[in-house]
Amino acid sequence: MASNVVLLTGVADHVGGRLAARLAADPVVRRVIVAAPRPPAVGLPERVELVVAEPGSPLLVEVLRSAGVETVVYAAPRSADRPSPGRLSEDHDVVATMRLLASCQRAGGVRRLVVRSTTEVYGAGPNAPAVFTEQDVPAGAPRPAALEVEEQARAFATSSPGTTLTVFRLAELLSGRVDSALGRYLSLPVVPTVLGFDARVQFLHHQDAVAVLHRASTHDLPGVFNVAGDGVLLLSQALRRAGRVALPVPAAAVPAAARIARTPVSPGLTRLLSFGRVVDTSRLRTSFGYAPRWSTSAALDDHVHARPPR
Amino acid sequence: MPEARVIPLRRRGVEDAAPLRPATPALVRQPHGPAPNLREFLRHRLTGDYPVDEFGFDPEFTDTVLLPPMRAIFEKWFRVTVTGSLPAGTGAMVVANHSGTVPWDAAMTAVAVHDVHPEHRHLRMLGADLLFKVPVLADIARRSGQTLACRADAVRLLRSGEVVGVWPEGFKGIGKPFRDRYRLQRFGRGGFVATALRAEVPIIPCSIVGAEEIHPKIGELRPLARLLGLPYFPVTPLFPLLGPLGAIPLPTKWTIHFGEPVRTDLAGPGADQDQALVLDIADRVRDTIQTTLDRAVAARPGIF
Repeated sequence: MASNVVLLTGVADHVGGRLAARLAADPVVRRVIVAAPRPPAVGLPERVELVVAEPGSPLLVEVLRSAGVETVVYAAPRSADRPSPGRLSEDHDVVATMRLLASCQRAGGVRRLVVRSTTEVYGAGPNAPAVFTEQDVPAGAPRPAALEVEEQARAFATSSPGTTLTVFRLAELLSGRVDSALGRYLSLPVVPTVLGFDARVQFLHHQDAVAVLHRASTHDLPGVFNVAGDGVLLLSQALRRAGRVALPVPAAAVPAAARIARTPVSPGLTRLLSFGRVVDTSRLRTSFGYAPRWSTSAALDDHVHARPPR
Repeated sequence: MPEARVIPLRRRGVEDAAPLRPATPALVRQPHGPAPNLREFLRHRLTGDYPVDEFGFDPEFTDTVLLPPMRAIFEKWFRVTVTGSLPAGTGAMVVANHSGTVPWDAAMTAVAVHDVHPEHRHLRMLGADLLFKVPVLADIARRSGQTLACRADAVRLLRSGEVVGVWPEGFKGIGKPFRDRYRLQRFGRGGFVATALRAEVPIIPCSIVGAEEIHPKIGELRPLARLLGLPYFPVTPLFPLLGPLGAIPLPTKWTIHFGEPVRTDLAGPGADQDQALVLDIADRVRDTIQTTLDRAVAARPGIF
């Protein structure tokens, strides 16, 4: 295992960047190659090599082949987790996945694929179970792009035998460092909440996200795993703890109210803020062998300390 | 021969049974002790420092805000008599008849379970998705420990040792006309039995007498129901004639009886897939409730 060569994407994001640094510091990883369509704004850690290539370009195939890449980590955030998601970025997400996987297929030699997905694949609604296990992906529409990304990765893993696929469905990322749609929402001085609803939320600290991605990049641990901090908070509780002022408005007015403060709230996030979402993480603890170090409330506290109320 | 596999035992049998898998309740149970401290409660509300479980159940809120007024109605308005008992140290599924146009029966059963159960458990009720769509109602439902009537949630609650309340008649039961009082409606396809079998918890047949007369439904306004997205819009002798006053339930005298537990842990794994067995147990639970209702209705001195 000492000859592990890892290629990862998505270092522009905080989780991807931290992951690159941790992989570079890991002695079992021989080389860390970062693929990005354009050079990242932040400096890369030592021992990390950079390939400036679009996913699917011949250069990327060449690098995958010549460096003998065994592990590919798709660590870019799914569009739903980005600060300002949109339909366009969802399509872009799916197409980028197709191209990246096509490159891996052409290069051959990839034995391990790690994909960062999101608990958004479960959706949120009045007729959804309160707690989602990994099998509980709803069958009907609307299908989030992240689910399509997962399916493409699964198709790739089945078509190339001997490939282990690890998919992480990350809960809402929240910490002092990471920038997410929910993080921005919770940083508003007056937070518009959905009148008559109090959603159950779970947060994930970016350190735990990095830790699970790192562990999957260096061990053969196939499967789909929910990742979330321990414990559940109600949104009203989270706002109280954060010292924010909640302003209940009808559900339809939440995006508009947030837009006044120039913080876009996607339809998916509005649904989450109404109906809430909790995932079961027992598979992560038992099969994958990792227990998140930051609880939901600890991740929130870290976020609040980094961004005191304005 | 699936019928031979489940043997309903006396309650002693359930208590003597090998302990089910260790219960892992998410929260420390508060015994039915002194009145909650209001100042502490307010401080917790203001700082957000109180526990909720993964279903959004808020025991402090339930004990401080919801249960006291419900208990007052339980004691003073409906003067509920509770008979029978509930097994300790295990999850259980309480299955009851549903009636009364407005689900007062569910609220009163929650009080009865909390008071009668040896460990003063909160009844975790399974509700229709309609409940979780309506603003305010959705919030209170989650806070009081209710969740969606789906297999995943129910099995999860039962396996963690909770007492789960089920009304298998659903809207057909609660919204039935007055002339059908104390006549159990269809018990669906027995989904509740499959759930109990999977979780291997006893089913407690529960018969509620008195709730069927609180709002005698003599008709309904279908167009209005459709407009509001409700399963029915009731017409009673007092509602909507008297407006909000008509929404006050009649002060009937109630009895709630918890029957002998029906064991489900002897059927073996995969029993929840056995449709014949599931329907057989569902019928037996239904018959038990119907018989108990008939006997209790015949024996009571009067409605009030």
